[in-house]
Amino acid sequence: MSAQPRTRASGIGRVLVAVYAVLAMAALGRSIFQIIDRFDEAPIAYSLSAAAAVVYVLATIALATGWDRLAWVTVSFELVGVLVIGTISVVAPELLALQGASPFGPKATVWSVYGAGYLFIPLVLPVLGILWLRKRSRASVEA
Amino acid sequence: MILPFTIVQLVLACVVGLLCVALGLAGRKPNDLTVLSVALVGLLVIAQVVTAIVAPFVGNEPTGSLLEFWMYLGTAAIIPPLAIVWALIERNRWSNVVLGAAAFAIAVMTWRMEQIWSVQLA
Repeated sequence: MSAQPRTRASGIGRVLVAVYAVLAMAALGRSIFQIIDRFDEAPIAYSLSAAAAVVYVLATIALATGWDRLAWVTVSFELVGVLVIGTISVVAPELLALQGASPFGPKATVWSVYGAGYLFIPLVLPVLGILWLRKRSRASVEA
Repeated sequence: MILPFTIVQLVLACVVGLLCVALGLAGRKPNDLTVLSVALVGLLVIAQVVTAIVAPFVGNEPTGSLLEFWMYLGTAAIIPPLAIVWALIERNRWSNVVLGAAAFAIAVMTWRMEQIWSVQLA
């Protein structure tokens, strides 16, 4: 009983790392392109986009290497980010110079409309990440 | 891009994604079927690279940003090999789920590439 759930949990953690890696690449790629192509159109939004991308990269590294403290900080930051920026993008898009921007359009960021342009993965992933980190810290306390 | 080819690629990537995730969740380890099907998805991405290089010379010009298109295509080209290396190193059922996730990522990215090439939203 003791060995089986542990390998399984670390296995699910691997999937989490893989999905994080893909999202990190997507966010980083889009952000680099936005900054090269048209940074002055929505500098705040694109800077946030870049910050989000860097945090996704850090979170991927933290989860992959088992650096739990950094994982907690980055994953929590993402959850706060997707909720705050998601809400602003819906309620007051003019704050980010995102008026009328569709979550799939050229001004979209990873966090616009709670990550709708990324199948809401940016909204779901931090929650799964926190659940996984909690489960693992509990497992290590028991062991 | 060539729309029928894109559709074939999309359908294949989705089928492979479902297959790998289903086998992984059913507890199977990566085998020839899952690894080779993701390799096929990767091969079609390489074919897409060739198509994208040749297409503008035969009058099939992209309507969107070529830089953005190539950023997607370049990333898409490295995802299947990375997932396969992962599956070969870590031989447990979750690697099948990772292979499936890679295939789905290719499906989404292919869709975006087709949009950038031929459909402009704004």
